[in-house]
Amino acid sequence: MLPTEFAPAFPETVLGLGICLVLLVDLYLPARWRDVTYLLALVTLAATAMAVSDIGLSGTTLALGGSFVADPLASFLKLFVLAALATVFVYSRAYLQDSTYNKGEYYLLGLFAALGILVMISGASLLTLYLGLEMQALALYAMVAFNRDSPVAAEAAMKYFVLGAIASGCLLYGISLLYGVTGTVQLAEIAQALRAGGADDAVTLVAVAFVVVGIAFKFGAVPFHMWVPDVYEGAPVSVTLLVGTVPKVGAFALALRVLVEGLGETGVTWEPMLGVLAVLSLGIGNIVAIVQTNLRRMLAYSTIAHVGFILLGFAAGSREGIEAALFYTIVYVIMAAGAFGIVILLGRQGDDADELDDLRGLSQRSPWFALVMLLLMVSMIGVPPLAGFYAKWWVLAALLDAGQLWLAIAGVLFSVVGAFYYLRVVKLMYFDSPAGEAPLRQGAALRLTLSVNGLLVLALGVFPEGLIELCARALG
Amino acid sequence: MAGTLFFYTLSAVLIASALGVITARNPVHAVLFLVLSFVTSSVLWLLLEAEFLAVVLVLVYVGAVMVLFLFVVMMLDVNVAQLREGFTRYAWLGAVVAAVLAAELLAIVWWKPDGLPMAATTTPRPADYSNTEMLGTALYTEHLFAFELAAFLLLLAIVAAIVLTMRRRPGLKAQDVSRQVAVRREDRVRLVQMKAEHDT
Amino acid sequence: MMGWLESIWQALSPLSQGVLISTAYIVPVVVVIILCVAYLTLAERKIIGAIQNRIGPNRVGPYGLLQPFADVLKLLLKQVVLPSRSNRFLFLVAPLLSIVPALAAWAVVPLFPGFVIADIDAGLLFVLALTSLGVYGVIIAGWATNSKYALLGAMRSAAQIVAYEIAMGFALVGVLMASRSLNLGAIVEAQAGGFLNWFLVPLFPLFIVYFIAGVAETNRAPFDVAEGESEIVAGFHVEYSGVAFAVFFLAEYANMILISALTAVMFMGGWESPFAGLNLGWLSAPGLHWLAVKVAFFLFCFLWFRATFPRYRYDQIMRLGWKVFIPITIVWIFVEGAMAIMAVGPWSSA
Repeated sequence: MLPTEFAPAFPETVLGLGICLVLLVDLYLPARWRDVTYLLALVTLAATAMAVSDIGLSGTTLALGGSFVADPLASFLKLFVLAALATVFVYSRAYLQDSTYNKGEYYLLGLFAALGILVMISGASLLTLYLGLEMQALALYAMVAFNRDSPVAAEAAMKYFVLGAIASGCLLYGISLLYGVTGTVQLAEIAQALRAGGADDAVTLVAVAFVVVGIAFKFGAVPFHMWVPDVYEGAPVSVTLLVGTVPKVGAFALALRVLVEGLGETGVTWEPMLGVLAVLSLGIGNIVAIVQTNLRRMLAYSTIAHVGFILLGFAAGSREGIEAALFYTIVYVIMAAGAFGIVILLGRQGDDADELDDLRGLSQRSPWFALVMLLLMVSMIGVPPLAGFYAKWWVLAALLDAGQLWLAIAGVLFSVVGAFYYLRVVKLMYFDSPAGEAPLRQGAALRLTLSVNGLLVLALGVFPEGLIELCARALG
Repeated sequence: MAGTLFFYTLSAVLIASALGVITARNPVHAVLFLVLSFVTSSVLWLLLEAEFLAVVLVLVYVGAVMVLFLFVVMMLDVNVAQLREGFTRYAWLGAVVAAVLAAELLAIVWWKPDGLPMAATTTPRPADYSNTEMLGTALYTEHLFAFELAAFLLLLAIVAAIVLTMRRRPGLKAQDVSRQVAVRREDRVRLVQMKAEHDT
Repeated sequence: MMGWLESIWQALSPLSQGVLISTAYIVPVVVVIILCVAYLTLAERKIIGAIQNRIGPNRVGPYGLLQPFADVLKLLLKQVVLPSRSNRFLFLVAPLLSIVPALAAWAVVPLFPGFVIADIDAGLLFVLALTSLGVYGVIIAGWATNSKYALLGAMRSAAQIVAYEIAMGFALVGVLMASRSLNLGAIVEAQAGGFLNWFLVPLFPLFIVYFIAGVAETNRAPFDVAEGESEIVAGFHVEYSGVAFAVFFLAEYANMILISALTAVMFMGGWESPFAGLNLGWLSAPGLHWLAVKVAFFLFCFLWFRATFPRYRYDQIMRLGWKVFIPITIVWIFVEGAMAIMAVGPWSSA
């Protein structure tokens, strides 16, 4: 009876077994064979992806006592997460090879985080969603503190951990209230119970507020963004790369499963909340990013701004808005991975090259990667015909369709403000002379993946229909 | 009647010891108050016929977690006076937040209590009912997936803790037990043939 | 006279009647345990004396049989010295915290067929919880004394007990799997029918782990680093004297008896006879005498260990607990799972 029960969770099972394998193998490997761990991690991701594609984009199955759902959205997001994590690993390897803390645990904890995110993506009950969230968060806390001799990293990890624990507490408190109101932790049953009544009870409203706080923290939306800049700046670049990309998909899945699928009935409550969070994030993210001189901090505030846009999609309160948010999340992850890939490419042993000034004259040092960075930055601004444009445009269209004129105007306004600091990066790369002539990091895998990553932003901008259709189908 | 009296006495002890946790000046006293509150809540759970959870609370929290807590607190010798320095400066902010939260919670409990069952009574179970068995069944069938996830979470916690704390420092003088055990007599003892000595 | 008593009894509320009945059960049990402790101290000195080719105490009473009473009298009459900068309240509470769990755990131990003070379902867990509480006495004593030696002893003890408790708990998981019950009476009954049915047979590694962990839990030699008189004088009770010291002493020996009784109940069939079914009169009948014999055997082992083994080093204790015992118990639980699936041993009836 059990094997068939677990069949929809086959990808998670594969990943879990892969984690155990990597853990055991890495334990007995000498440090110079660290690449075996790396390759094994990639193989695990590939095997998991195969297991996911085996399930495919068809049909919705509720399994494991109603705590696990396998639907097209889950398969789509899982494949994307696995691909994105593989990219992250490729970039990170180039960085870790030169660093003093080249530990197999980086890949291991990365896989743990992936397992957590996969569980969140397929979470059909608040219990599994919470466990997935904690698994992802715990892995990331440890990774941020990886470089334990650095006080900056310790501070970042401390902030991340303490604030994250408080946010988890808020989420858990909200969950407990929801359980009290509806008598179940399964999202489908919660939705049913709320439809039957009690959606505008005071208790439900407080529960929703606490859940929104938890989700907003995981996204890093203002005013729960305090950890973002410190973590982005303090953690090793390879970890920043991971924190800045894949978990956003997990946060999206969490928001979608809990708010839309479970608490859809209380949309009138959480849509304005998300609207406020979105506008604050857009504002603070874009304006504070302007004064940053550190590339990683700048990208942190830019992330906050992008999160604002994703939340705008949810705030629209329509199916189209959620599709737009999904599209935006995916495009954002691709862009962020590329941007941090460039940071890794620029870095040298012992020097992370994460100041804006390190970008000076990149066009002379490497015209090709300057072009890739140009594509990424321009896409983040939202200039056609790049992927970032369609992402923003779709969110705004959804907002206008839903009659949220003011939110749309705020979105446009702050995007214009944001253009300034992205263009400054472009200016540094193309119109300033290089400060030093240090060679760029070598490594065919890094260069190739980074090129593909940059071109993907262009390709998705020129031909967005495929991804748009995929997003619509996944949510359909 | 006796049950109600018992309940209120225990609740009073629980609240008093919880207050003790946050007001005690000495961190060791605070931890001991916390132990007391765990034990009292465990007895309160017994009143609810949740004997498995009650005993496990004592076993896990009082018997293991709090022992390690005490251990750490005694070792660290925390200076509470120093920690309290900024207290008055931020006290007003904390007070405001606490007041708002309290007001919100009171609003739910008093002003809009409909839909919220205030005090559900427990139905007494037959004598052969074992909630240990019931918990086990629920855990290994209905919540198997969550159970496995929790197991992975714990594995992750172990890995994370070891990654962050374990590193080989040079000059460590710890014994390598396997090498101690592997020692043979031939490595340490040399038998020497000597002529017997005579005083005469 | 009897009628008068009975009318008073009838007038009492059911609650007070319950309290009185429980007291009537508890008082004899506690008195017997304390007497056992008294003679255990004498037995210890006699047996270790014999092992070391000495005579042991033989001055007070015939064969030294009154020696324990002389000791108790001496301790009772001595002054309790309070160290000047100690925490007075905790200093005096600590001995109580170590004696109470040692006595309270007897509430669920079945002594002979049909007799147990509190017949509760989660008895096994109750025992585990109470034995884990005993450490508070040691830690609080070590801290409240405000002495470096005492604190060191407390620290050692805390780390040691936490480590061995896990192994003990896992060993009991094995017992639980074999008996399918947490009730100690049911565990004993599951081992009925001769010594081949004792859990000792299918759970032999767990039995060894449980008993050795029990020795470590009671801070007895060779695991007595918490006292370690050659390094830290007397550890946590270095400043205790008089009655307070006597209570610690009592707690240590009561814990030894408790661990012996629990090992007998969990793995050697408690009051069951090893010759059950052979029709040998009282030899094959279950009863308190069999429990007493088993307990006496384990107590003798305690003393034997003390006379035989040198004290373990602290890191060796930790290594034994974490790296040897816990893996053994986990592996054996898997083996038990396999045995249960293949229906051998105690699982054959299911």
